[in-house]
Amino acid sequence: MRRVVVVGGGPAGMAAAKAAASCGVEVVLIDAAPKLGGQYHRQDARESGDRFKLPDGVEHLAESVVWAIEPILEGHRVHVRTGPADGPDRTGRAIETRALVLATGAYDWTPPFPGWDLPGVYTAGAAQAMAKGQGVAVGERVIVAGTGPFLLPVATSLIDAGSRVSAILEANDPVAGFAARPGGALAGWTKAGELAQYGAALARHDVPLRRRCAVIAALGEDRVEAVLAARLDEDWNPVPHTMRRFEVDAVAVGFGFTPQLESAVAARCEIEGGFVAVNAAQGTSVPGVFAAGELTGIGGADLAAAEGAVAGAAAAKRLGAKVRAPIGAMRRARVGRRFAAALAEAYPVRPGWRGWLRDGTIVCRCEEVAYGEIRHAVEDLDVGGARSLKLATRAGLGLCQGRICGRNVAELASLPDAADAFARRPVAVPVRLGELAEDVPVDEAP
Amino acid sequence: MRVRVDGAEHVAERGQTVAAVLLAAGRGSWRTTRIGGRPRGLFCGIGVCFDCLVVVNGVPDVRACQRVVADGDDIRSQDGAELPS
Repeated sequence: MRRVVVVGGGPAGMAAAKAAASCGVEVVLIDAAPKLGGQYHRQDARESGDRFKLPDGVEHLAESVVWAIEPILEGHRVHVRTGPADGPDRTGRAIETRALVLATGAYDWTPPFPGWDLPGVYTAGAAQAMAKGQGVAVGERVIVAGTGPFLLPVATSLIDAGSRVSAILEANDPVAGFAARPGGALAGWTKAGELAQYGAALARHDVPLRRRCAVIAALGEDRVEAVLAARLDEDWNPVPHTMRRFEVDAVAVGFGFTPQLESAVAARCEIEGGFVAVNAAQGTSVPGVFAAGELTGIGGADLAAAEGAVAGAAAAKRLGAKVRAPIGAMRRARVGRRFAAALAEAYPVRPGWRGWLRDGTIVCRCEEVAYGEIRHAVEDLDVGGARSLKLATRAGLGLCQGRICGRNVAELASLPDAADAFARRPVAVPVRLGELAEDVPVDEAP
Repeated sequence: MRVRVDGAEHVAERGQTVAAVLLAAGRGSWRTTRIGGRPRGLFCGIGVCFDCLVVVNGVPDVRACQRVVADGDDIRSQDGAELPS
């Protein structure tokens, strides 16, 4: 049996599954959501049916989590639980493959700031997922803050779901950023129409867009009652005497994205600058493991789909299928990467966010570790590495396993390239003891 | 569909997540933290942060944003670290 295993059902994973299936190999696509699409093409969960259809030859394991990836001789064993999320009655299965495509995507990056642990502070992705996927507005009066073009669709989704959006605060000045790299901006000119539509919708609802501004604190006792916003200088330090208070019951914050690395780290793929290193065929440093989409660099849905198509073809080829070189997809990927580089330049993360924190600001939300404790460990205890910092402070040891705080702790403690040290998770998601003890069927590799 | 939220009956739609039912019911938080006893609710919304934990049918540590409701589900707030009942 020739079988490609794809992890992730977003733009990259779907494209990989299609490309591999069109080469005549069997495909298993594993995804946590009930429906395909991932975060970008999120479907309304309340509607029946699935907008996306995968070709025959693709087995779609929905509501399924990959909780471990185990290297075996000439391949990998992928451990899966299928069923209601985090429930005790899920079905276990292990699938062996010689061609694994990782398309696990990314999630919002949020720097910590005073009050960000109050209920009512949401990531931009959360606001978007609730509005688009569930038809629920996270608040009545909402402020959207962060950086990047993603803030615009988040604001329009909030309006569609019934929120009043007080303002969008963009920490950068993207106009200046794009002017510095016109070629890259042009590579993404097809996106201009999409952005113009969001801009028009926001103008209709009188939503002001303020550049070089950010929410630097959320206020409230047991939930958000207001936020403090400030103008920022070029390094994102608040400009004195520019503080303004917004009365809101929710804030949606998104400063870009962090790749979901643990599957790639578990498969022992090389990580470079926080992303999975790949060659032109989307192959990672590990033979038989391919990566596509946001895992290899933040670039959006079109680039992810192009990379997925290349990865799917390469994975099929690895299994001996006759494959025509995916020249069109490779060209689209090259164009997409140029646009991604221009985006990264227009919406950088500047170091001034560190100055928004106070000693009492929670950095690790799970273990409730405050900034002062991390500073104490670094400055007074001379803790140097990611591992010793985790043990000294407990930051990154909670239920999310450092997904939210890892990158922040690494930056605050000046541990270069330590973000992936927080992504080493032999058990990728919590499984219950009974599930671990259970004997599960293994689909063996050919 | 009918579900119970901390004892009170609520109507839910097929496909809704537990988090959506709770937010639609006007609940902004439904868990307290283990150490500080601080309120928490939804944060990342896509299964990454584990902030939105809730007890479903006696089983604690269920991510409300990931769990799709089933008819008759008994949803309860989670107080710190709880053991299955």
